[in-house]
Formats: sequence, C-alpha cells, structure tokens
Amino acid sequence: MKPDLWYLYKNMLRSRLFEQSVTQLWNMGKISGEMHMSIGEEAIVAGTVLQLQKGDAMALDHRGTSPMVMRGVDMELLLKEFMGHSEGLCGGNGGHMHLFSKKHLIASSGIVGASGPAAVGFALAAQYLHPGKVALAFFGEGAMNQGMLLEAMNLAVVWNLPLIFICKDSKWAITTISASVTGGKLIERVQSFGIPTEEIDGSDVETVWNAGQKALQRARSGKGSSFIYATCRHPEGHFLGDHLIRITKHPIKEMKKIAGPLLKSATKIRGASLIQRTNSLREVTRLIGKTKKQQSFTGKDPLTIARKKLQSEKKRLHELEDEIKEEINTVVTRTLHSLSHP
Amino acid sequence: MKNMTFAQAIEDALATAMEKDKRIIIMGEDVHMLRVNLHTRFGKKRVLSTPISESSFVGAAVTAAMAGLRPIVEVMLVDFIGVAMDALLNHAAKIETFSGGKWNVPMVIRTACGGGYGDGGQHEQSLWGWLAHIPGLTVVVPSTPADAGGLMLSSIQLNAPVIFCEHKLLADYWLDYLGAGGRKTVEFNIPQQGARGKVPDQWRPLPIGKAVIRWKGNDITMAGVGVSIHRALKAAEVLKKEKISAEVIDLRTVSPLDKQTLCKSVKKTGKLLVVDEDYQNFGLSGELAAVVLEAGIPVLYSRVCTEDTIPYNRDLEDKALPNTEKILEAALKLLRR
Repeated sequence: MKPDLWYLYKNMLRSRLFEQSVTQLWNMGKISGEMHMSIGEEAIVAGTVLQLQKGDAMALDHRGTSPMVMRGVDMELLLKEFMGHSEGLCGGNGGHMHLFSKKHLIASSGIVGASGPAAVGFALAAQYLHPGKVALAFFGEGAMNQGMLLEAMNLAVVWNLPLIFICKDSKWAITTISASVTGGKLIERVQSFGIPTEEIDGSDVETVWNAGQKALQRARSGKGSSFIYATCRHPEGHFLGDHLIRITKHPIKEMKKIAGPLLKSATKIRGASLIQRTNSLREVTRLIGKTKKQQSFTGKDPLTIARKKLQSEKKRLHELEDEIKEEINTVVTRTLHSLSHP
Repeated sequence: MKNMTFAQAIEDALATAMEKDKRIIIMGEDVHMLRVNLHTRFGKKRVLSTPISESSFVGAAVTAAMAGLRPIVEVMLVDFIGVAMDALLNHAAKIETFSGGKWNVPMVIRTACGGGYGDGGQHEQSLWGWLAHIPGLTVVVPSTPADAGGLMLSSIQLNAPVIFCEHKLLADYWLDYLGAGGRKTVEFNIPQQGARGKVPDQWRPLPIGKAVIRWKGNDITMAGVGVSIHRALKAAEVLKKEKISAEVIDLRTVSPLDKQTLCKSVKKTGKLLVVDEDYQNFGLSGELAAVVLEAGIPVLYSRVCTEDTIPYNRDLEDKALPNTEKILEAALKLLRR
C-alpha cells in the first residue's frame, strides 16, 4: 500500500498541536514533573503506528504522547492524565511517563531500555495467541547502551518474534552526546544479531512508511523481527525545561547562574591540570553550541517536510489544518472545562 | 560557620575529599553537566560520563573499588537502581564476606530519592529500607546540609559500599531539574531548614550509624530520616502548643541503625511513632518496632509511611506521602491509647 500523505500529515499535525497545547499547560504549571515530548518524532511514529491493526501491541518509552495519539487513544483522556485527573487514562495515577492502555495493548516505561523486553513479551504472546499480530518497541539511541535492550534483541531472534524495534536517534542521551559514550555503529550491533535493519531519515514520513511496511510484512508473515533506525531532532531537548535548551534560549540569564561556581572551580588550587580544566570548560561551551545546532529543526521538521509536498493543494491543506486546530482546541477546552466543573 | 544549600554542602565536601585523595573518581550519566563544577576542576579523568548502562557501570565500580579506586557512582534516581541491582545485591554487598574479610568495596552510590513534586511512582521512590535489608550495604539518608556534607565525607572514607540518598526536596538542583524545569508556576513543600543551613567551616566526617535528637521531649518518640524528619519537627511544634512534648530522632543512617539512641528515647516516652517516606511493609518502620521489642521495652507503636505505589496526581501524592497532618493525627491517636 502506498502511503497516503494527507492522512499521515493529518495525524502528525494532530499530534504536534496536541503536544504544543500540553507544553502550554505544563508552562502554566497545570502539569507536574518532567514532560518529555515526542515533538520531532512524528514522522517516525506516523510511518509505523498508523499501519498497525487491531490486536497489535506497542511498548513505549518516556515519549509516549505521539504514539498514543496516533494509535487512537482519546486525547481528552491523555490530557486529563497529564493533569493528574481521576478521569484520566490511568485515573491520574500514572502520569505522562507511565501511560497504559489495556484496550490498545500499549505499555510505557520511564526506565530507559525497558521497552525492549516489554515488546518481546507482547510479541511472544502475539505469536502464541494471535499469529499475524505484531509488537512495536520505541526507544532512543541512548537506550541502545542498556543491556536489557540488547538482550531483548537476542531473544527476538532466537524466538523468531513478530517484533519491530524502532530506534529514534536524536544524537543526545539527556545532555550527553551519544557518540561520546557509544562504541562502534549501532546498526552494526543489531545486524550482528541477524536482525534485518533499515537506516532512514526519520523526518520524512513516506520513507518511514515504506520501511515500516516492509518490517510489518516480515513480522506478520512469521519471518521475524526487524530494526528501523531513524534520525530525528528534539527541539525541546530531553524534556520541557531542559537546562541546555534554557541556556541557548536565555544565555545571559542562565549563564549568570552557573558562571560564578564554574570559574571558581576552574581556578581553585589543587585539581586537574590547567589544560584539563580548559578542556572541561570548552566542553560546556561545545555542548551549548551543539544543542543550538542539533536540537533545533533547521530543515528537519517532519511536519514542514510533509506540508511542502502537499502545498500544491492550498485550499485542501488549509481546510485540513483548520479542522485539526479546531479539534485540538475542542479537546483542550473540554478538558479544562470538565476539570473546573467536575 | 558558613551557610550552604544541601546540594552545595555535598559538592563542597566532595571537592574537599577529592583534592586530598586522588583515588576518588565520580562516574555516572550526564555528570559532565550534572557535576559541571567538579568536572571542570578535576577533569574528565576523574569525573566520567557514562552511557545509560546502570548495570554495567555500577558493576564496574565494584571491582574498580576492589582494585584501589574509590568510586562515587551516580545512579541518577534511586528508582533506576533496579537496573543495577545485581551489582549491589550479589556483588558489592557480599565481597567482604566471600573473601573472608580480606577484600572490601569502598564505593559510594549517590542517588536522588523521594517524592513531593508530581513525577509519578517510577521516579519518586525512597527504597532505603529495601536496600538496607541487604547485609553488607550501608545506607545513609541525610536531612540537613551539615549532615549531607559530613556524611558524604564519611561515606567516602568507609571501606564498604554505601548508598547515599539525597532527597529531591532538599537538593535544589534536582527539584529544578525534575520538578520545576525553570517554571515559576509550580509549588513544592520544601523543608527550608533542610534545604539550606549552617555547615562547619572545615568538613569533618560524621559518624555513620549515629542518630541525632532534633527535638527533645518526654511524651512520645518520633523517628525517621530525610524529609520526614522535617515533617515530624513541624508536628512536634504543633504538639508543643497542646502541651505535649515529643522527641524527634533523626536516624541519619538506616543501616547501620543507632539502636541505642532509639531505645533510650522509647524507654523514656513509652511511645514510638515511626515516620517513613519509604514503603510501609517489611521496611524501616517495622525494623524499628523489632529493635525496641527485642530490647524488651514496653511500647505503644504506630507508623506513618508510604503504603502504596506513589500516585502521579499531586493531591493523591500528598495524601500518600507522610505529611505533618498525618503525623499529628497518628501521634494524638497513639497518645490517647
């Protein structure tokens, strides 16, 4: 089946606008704790999740919003959950990192790498109980250094499981540049397990769709697991309020807070050599610079890319966008209304 | 005396230790940013950033310690210790015994714990009782800046594995990192006396396994660690107005436990109320009852602990964690018995 770009764009836009509303509510203090966004991952999610069938399962990481929305989980239930409401998806007990929908066979985890073994279990149950059904595992490249994920890949191979591992590579593990703590090539690691891999640009939804289709066919026909390795950007950083992003947005205000102790540390007697200290300081400025460059979209926004391809039909595009904006507005208004008038 | 935040005190004590002892290294996820000052001063050979591979770098720290280093391993949040548990449970804790006392593991696990900022049950646990259950692990839970610095120093010097628990409501940078994220639109019930306070001009190691009486009294003993101590102190203040004199014992270390201070107090008051943010069943609160009973002291006992998985909703969370109201209610009930 050829990808229907209109359908994909509609879903990506819904997810994006929904998460932008979530961002606003978080900033207003109506959502507590950490808030990890899937903004920037929409093409990867749309290209895979929108091809799922009833009975397929998903194991999510801490960026569960977009996969949940695209799988058809009620956005009002999600928003109420983020706001800790008793009518939320999980009764306000889980929060955004711990989203579960039994109906949709979706489980999330805030523990990095945990989606690997979780998807293995889903796939094992599918293979046994519902042949033809599959499981997806979403995780970042940072999780690829977590033993449990690599163990899960091995299991997926030896049990020939219907599973698609989806690695979203943003190049950053929290505020660490992944390459600086990762040996070798990730894709080669996976290949050495005997899992077929596809390395793609995760900002182009049609590319993702094609890779997803191949992997899903393989899984459904009992041929085993696949690995999709897709690049992406996280313009909000690791989570809302990411310190490095804050520094890039308000350099003077934020640097003022850290500069004093930092300079003191650089000049105190006893410690590392001057060269080592200068290197450490340089590391901080390097990270800030890299954040600016790598975490912003700069031509890699999956929505902008998809939208460009649809631009020839201006009227249809605007109608679609108005429709989705209206839909999200309604979700937010209704949610806030029901919270203020229980 | 100087004034410092809880977090500054730990960092200051750590820097003091690191400048004297070159064997001390720090490792963990993101430490080049999380400990940016130490990373700058001591360089990346001594402040090592790791991948997200807890089972491996905690496991490696065990043998690095056996081979002459003194690692301080950052397990960002104590909840993540689940991933690294084998290294602690089956290795770090047992090497000294297995080697016939000939080999020890001088390492510190530094980890953020506790709730009160709406992050959900996979990021807000305490788990010190669960960890202290394992023979061979020392578990430290400071409640003031002075204790945090002093106990960090003694933890580093101890020739045994120590879990150093740092409560997120006391350590301002953790609360900003995980709770506020730069927002001014969220509020937290921060125990001010724990988050900032006087510290000695020169850091000295504090004895591990020595409790401190934070509030003297005769009618009822309240014991616990960390933020719960500050909640109990608030309760003691209220009780005072009711002409009830409570004694508040800050255990400071869960393992080893200062049985002597506890028993002495309970002998005097005859009533023990344990306040513990860790899970209620099979943990610190039950252990304190056992200690008192084993000593043959007649006691009326009650506890205010976290009973279940911590809910994400802020109101439900407040109700789930020990708070001053719950402590007062339990104390008054115990006093009426």
